[in-house]
Amino acid sequence: MNIELAQVSRWYGNVVAVNDVTMTVAPGVTGLLGPNGAGKSTLLHMMAGFLAPSGGTVTLDGVKIWRNHEVYRSIGLVPEREAAYGFLTGWEFVLSSARLHRLSDPEGAARKAVATVEMETAAERRIETYSKGMRQRIKVAAALVHDPQVLLLDEPFNGMDPRQRMHLMDLVRAMGAAGKTILFSSHILEEVERVAQHIEVLVAGRHAATGDFREIRRRMTDRPHVFRVRSSDDRRLASALISDGSSSSVSLTQTGLEVQAVDFRRFTWLLPRVARDADVRIWQISPADEDLESVFSYLINRSS
Amino acid sequence: MNAVIAGISYRALLGRRRIWLLVLLPVVLIGLAVLVRMISGGSERIAVDFMQKFALGTILPLLGLIAGTGVIAPEIDDGTIVHLLSKPISRPVVAQTKFLVASSVLALFAAVPTLVAAYLLVGFESGIAYGFAVGALAGGLAYAALFMLLGVLTRHAVTVGIAYALIWEGVVGNFVPGARRYSIQQWAQTVADQVSSSSFLSSDLTIGFAATALLLITAGAVLWAGQRLRTFSLTGDE
Repeated sequence: MNIELAQVSRWYGNVVAVNDVTMTVAPGVTGLLGPNGAGKSTLLHMMAGFLAPSGGTVTLDGVKIWRNHEVYRSIGLVPEREAAYGFLTGWEFVLSSARLHRLSDPEGAARKAVATVEMETAAERRIETYSKGMRQRIKVAAALVHDPQVLLLDEPFNGMDPRQRMHLMDLVRAMGAAGKTILFSSHILEEVERVAQHIEVLVAGRHAATGDFREIRRRMTDRPHVFRVRSSDDRRLASALISDGSSSSVSLTQTGLEVQAVDFRRFTWLLPRVARDADVRIWQISPADEDLESVFSYLINRSS
Repeated sequence: MNAVIAGISYRALLGRRRIWLLVLLPVVLIGLAVLVRMISGGSERIAVDFMQKFALGTILPLLGLIAGTGVIAPEIDDGTIVHLLSKPISRPVVAQTKFLVASSVLALFAAVPTLVAAYLLVGFESGIAYGFAVGALAGGLAYAALFMLLGVLTRHAVTVGIAYALIWEGVVGNFVPGARRYSIQQWAQTVADQVSSSSFLSSDLTIGFAATALLLITAGAVLWAGQRLRTFSLTGDE
């Protein structure tokens, strides 16, 4: 099944949370990547029928999702907030989900879902005694109990320990391989890279990039990089660097050189050679803009 | 009506500390009734006065507030309601089920103790006990619906509910006769008056008006809450 977003916007008063996004979420695993506050949750809530788009349409195989409770026969939702009925046991929680879906064999379906997330041993305990990762898993089980064609997960790997994370990643990958339409949001590139074949990047409410993860990765490494360099003779190194085309600007600052490299590979290959030829000793080199925010802002500037 | 939702709602409402409030208030009502009985020696006038002011005027709206908001407001607050709403169940059915849960809790913790308190005061004299019990039940249904609606409409349901019960029904209703026409407490009293034959119990409103008003408020609030749940939204970045 496909989730289609056509020119979807959402604003709160004067604040635009999602701005004119058009995308198709097809079978397989799609990662919705973006920094915190980019509008990932807003977008995901609109796909899940828990928020009305201010403009545009969100449909599931052509059927409107907003104000349509029938879509939940095909959609499973794992919300970000960890709250679950703490007074229920994990088993009761998943079973209630199966019963609310009016499945023909609720016990069987619940047992299968609990086994899928490997929560059998803790199933008889109350949810309020669970760790964050266990709550996440029991919520995944409750969302999977009716074997939905579409699964939406909001920051599912948050708060999980590495083993739980690996396990959920395997599970998500397997479901994607089985032809289900899966979308999960995350602000961590490595996370998305490991699970999703397809990545949608959202920055400041705008659809910044779309594509295969290799493509996104390449565009992220190929962007201009800023490096800080400290050496024994900054001025001489600066003149040697600027004479080559791999740097677009070099500035002398109190704390050393600031170099804007336009050709990342050539620059990293060139720097040590230039320094050696000019007889300059390099003391320190550090990337100045490696944080995700600047990677994202580069992508959004490129796409606009 | 959905049995799974009802089951979860009962456990959410009756588990935890809330049950102690639900138990404590009727215990206070019955305890005070015993005290009044011992002091007044079975005076029908004092008994009716006590039941009007305390049972219908104080305890019933408080219990209504606890049960009415309690069936839905905490779940909306912490987001657990999503578990119920992300299912192929019509949202009005969710609202109706929650209303039935609150109503049944009020029948047990408000109407029955009201009957017991009135019986301890005057026995079954002049139908007073039955009158107040039926009045408490009718008023309880309306409070359950209204306060549940508040729980869906605003995050400050308890504050708004207390303001309504104390300021509108308690103060304005007592001093401005015209405001009494629009008070659940007065409608409940009118129902009690209709059932009871006591000459000490009198009401300014006709039973036709009170019954219609109770019915409209109850049905209207449940329908509105159901419609509001259909557009229930999760806000983006919290």
